[in-house]
Amino acid sequence: MTTKQRICVTVNGVRHEREVEPRLTLADFLRHELALGGTHVGCEHGICGVCTVMIDGRSARSCIALAVQADGCQVTTVEGLRDRATGHLHPIQQAFVEAHGLQCGFCTPGFMMTTLELLTENAEPSDEAIKEALGGNLCRCTGYEAIIASVRLAAQRLREQKNA
Amino acid sequence: MKPANFDYHAPQTLAEAVELMVRLEEEGVDAKILAGGQSLMPMLAMRVARPEVLVDLGRIKSLDYVRQEGGVIAVGAMTSKRAAEESVLIEQQQPLFHAATKLVGHRQIRNRGSVGGSFAHADPASEYPAVALVLDMAFKAVGPEGERTIPATDFFVTYMTTSLESTEVLTEVRLPIMPAGTGWAIQEFARRNGDLALAGVAMTLKVADGVCADARLAAFGVNATAVRLTAAEDFLAGKRPERAMLEQAAALAAGSLDEPMSCVHASADYRRHLIRVLAERCLAEAVGRAA
Repeated sequence: MTTKQRICVTVNGVRHEREVEPRLTLADFLRHELALGGTHVGCEHGICGVCTVMIDGRSARSCIALAVQADGCQVTTVEGLRDRATGHLHPIQQAFVEAHGLQCGFCTPGFMMTTLELLTENAEPSDEAIKEALGGNLCRCTGYEAIIASVRLAAQRLREQKNA
Repeated sequence: MKPANFDYHAPQTLAEAVELMVRLEEEGVDAKILAGGQSLMPMLAMRVARPEVLVDLGRIKSLDYVRQEGGVIAVGAMTSKRAAEESVLIEQQQPLFHAATKLVGHRQIRNRGSVGGSFAHADPASEYPAVALVLDMAFKAVGPEGERTIPATDFFVTYMTTSLESTEVLTEVRLPIMPAGTGWAIQEFARRNGDLALAGVAMTLKVADGVCADARLAAFGVNATAVRLTAAEDFLAGKRPERAMLEQAAALAAGSLDEPMSCVHASADYRRHLIRVLAERCLAEAVGRAA
């Protein structure tokens, strides 16, 4: 019998307090405790990148982070990208739509969260930098070219938005 | 792919962590230390590891630092690989360690993975143990008897096994500052960018009066621990850094390896071949960097 732990995690700006089993992964915490199904679960051992979220502003694989480790942390998931006030998609989401950065969409949340970190650090990444950043995310349908084009477009939109 | 049940403790201080490890050991509880979790979590998920208790070092803020102490860069064991990658001190004063850090996993892994965790995990395919042997690094650990410093040569025992006691906590990784004019290189081969290497080579060397000196090479991903390539090191001493010599040194490095591991991704012969090719590339690169 294991002792449950009380944790408090801020997800997309909202504080959540829960009692969780220590073995609960952050991915399962988001999906099952908070009903945030946008964070997908693929390999569940840190290979495919589909569960990527931001923890305290850094991209992380939520399937190999425990919910208890995120106690006191700020987590951003794909649900946190959209503009709450206007309902508009985030420029990264819009770019993935326009540049055909997804087909089945399963891997997309992970790609977009990794892209969010990349474009926060580097407003104008080279294709090499994009490939390096996305190296930890797998896609089984698009063949990656359209994803790279989406990130390029997202970077351009974000720069335009900043300069506007 | 869900971990089995375990209890969880997150001590706030190093003293608490050691005390806890001692108590759990006395009670016969199978406890494991959780650092960044980027290797341990997959093992828990696949139930290769099923500890009864995890002791998370993540709340111990005093283990997160990078600072210079004379000729050494002291890195707290819980410093993230990302922080090591972003450290100007490491980048400028210990470029081999910096380059090795950038080769570890993907950015998501480096964001959460700790510097100390990789050494304590001692995966033979990891870049860090090989770099530790090349640089003659040292490790500080704290246990019930107090603190001790373990040289890299005594630290790695075998496959995923170090000389750390079960009640000891690795607290600091000590990187000697690279002497000016040292040539260095690290090369590895992996099927995918960011995956664990099938084989790799790390090295330093100096070129003085037109000849090689102080060559230190180590291979990773081939045997149960990283291994020094002493046959190549001895051969290089006093030799001119010319292409034919470097090729010969690389062939000696590969030829003198104990039978490499074999798996579905790479046979023993293939790993030996990779070491020869990677050693040759490393040598050329290191010679080019040596002043």
